[in-house]
Amino acid sequence: MRASTVVRTMTGIQVEGLSLSFPGRPPLRVLEDIDLDVPGGSFVSIVGPSGCGKSTLLRVLAGLLVPNKGTAQASGEDTCGRAGHTAYMPQRDLLLPWKKALNNAVLGAEIAGVSKHEARERALSLFDQFGLAGFEQAWPSQLSGGMRQRLALLRTFLLPMEVLLLDEPFGALDAITRRGMHQWLQEVWQRDQRTVLFVTHDVEEALLLSDVVYVMSARPGRLIERVDVRFPRPRGLEVVSDAEFVDMKARLLAALDRAMGNVPD
Amino acid sequence: MSARELPAIGQHPLLAEPVRVARRAAAAYLPAFLLLVMLVGLWEVAVRALDIRPYILPAPSRVWTAFMDTRAVLPEHTWTTLQEALLGITIGAAVGVFLAAIIASITLVRRVLYPLLIVSQTIPMIVLAPLLVIWFGLGMTPKVIIVALIAFFPVVVSTSDALLRADRDLIALVHSMGANRLQTLWHVLIPSAIPSFFAGLKIASAYAIAGAVIAEWVGASSGLGIYINRSSAAYRTDQIFVAIVIIAVLSMALFAAVHLLSRWAAPWMHLKDGGNS
Repeated sequence: MRASTVVRTMTGIQVEGLSLSFPGRPPLRVLEDIDLDVPGGSFVSIVGPSGCGKSTLLRVLAGLLVPNKGTAQASGEDTCGRAGHTAYMPQRDLLLPWKKALNNAVLGAEIAGVSKHEARERALSLFDQFGLAGFEQAWPSQLSGGMRQRLALLRTFLLPMEVLLLDEPFGALDAITRRGMHQWLQEVWQRDQRTVLFVTHDVEEALLLSDVVYVMSARPGRLIERVDVRFPRPRGLEVVSDAEFVDMKARLLAALDRAMGNVPD
Repeated sequence: MSARELPAIGQHPLLAEPVRVARRAAAAYLPAFLLLVMLVGLWEVAVRALDIRPYILPAPSRVWTAFMDTRAVLPEHTWTTLQEALLGITIGAAVGVFLAAIIASITLVRRVLYPLLIVSQTIPMIVLAPLLVIWFGLGMTPKVIIVALIAFFPVVVSTSDALLRADRDLIALVHSMGANRLQTLWHVLIPSAIPSFFAGLKIASAYAIAGAVIAEWVGASSGLGIYINRSSAAYRTDQIFVAIVIIAVLSMALFAAVHLLSRWAAPWMHLKDGGNS
């Protein structure tokens, strides 16, 4: 499978019987009875129709929302209502316009208590890898969409947490930039293999990047399908036309159809 | 990933040579300057041609003569007024920021205080000034209070508004990183309120000098207000115009100073090429 040597002990993500609804009349049921196990060091994706609750699940794991029922753990810590245990990257790049690129990159590390000097050293050494070399002192508004996204990713990677939660990190990019980002993300992730929970609505993207892909149904969100992806890494674009890949894609798309209620199951 | 995606960082206005900045400023303000010269010329010609009495409307040349005649006493009056304005605007801004902070963080305070703030602005300063003189005497205190009262309002409104409108997603982001309240304030809330704070301060700076003059009008031993008061009693309309010009120049200088301060404090708001490629 992966040619990795996981030195650290990583415990990944464990979600059990998690349900969440937003108050109202009637309450809006967003997540229902989610069981999810993301082994330490693996890359797991959730695909689902928009509004199905994928982002809500990430926000629970980021400690920003408290579920009504069930438990959620990341790297061995209870995350329900407790922030600061995961490296969360929201859908929007959310760079701080008042900080230059380098200072944006180290923001999370700084808040998480890494010394500023150390955080800067690490960030500077990664700017090249993230395709941002030479832009350390640029303001966010001077960066292109792709660069802003990579800077947000760099900021997330620099957080000293084991678990990364990535919410449609490439959703706002055009198809060509996106392809480049897929190859690049695989490389970056393979270098320091941390646990990743990746949310997207792009089935191909999910298959290309992940060890396991789940499909979430429309609201209330449930995990209704699981596909294990066993292609060797790094996966080039040719894998997309592989018969097994096409087959898995069909399975996921069928599940998505069910998820949206287009086909009765 | 190509370098072509990015506009040159060297174009940052703070990094540009002062000469270029000055030349650009000259080019930008040249039309306004020309218009001013034209109007003054027209004024001079009209007063002479229509033979208007100097105590009704003095010609610009006569205003200039009055300026030269009183230039021995003008610096002292000007300095007094400027001091009151600067002190008042500083205190007003400080009080404004403090009130904005508690208004933005405590809902009850917002509900109680906001209407009172508006009421405070409905009292004409010309009514308040004599009262303050009765309470605080003829010294600088009542003038500083008047300027502060004028200055704090735009600051508190714009700053509290910006604090309340700060991007929820940014706050959630730093919260997810484990930020405490102080870190959230430092990294997100304060920077997002800075541009609005300066917008409020700019409005305040435009009114500060005039505010100090009104306060002096009621009673003072020194200041442009009392200079105007005496000139008016003596029908020295030309001297009144001298004071008007000084007030205008001081107000513009104060405004420009606040503008420069805002560029220094919020450089990201003043990027020449802010858009993505």
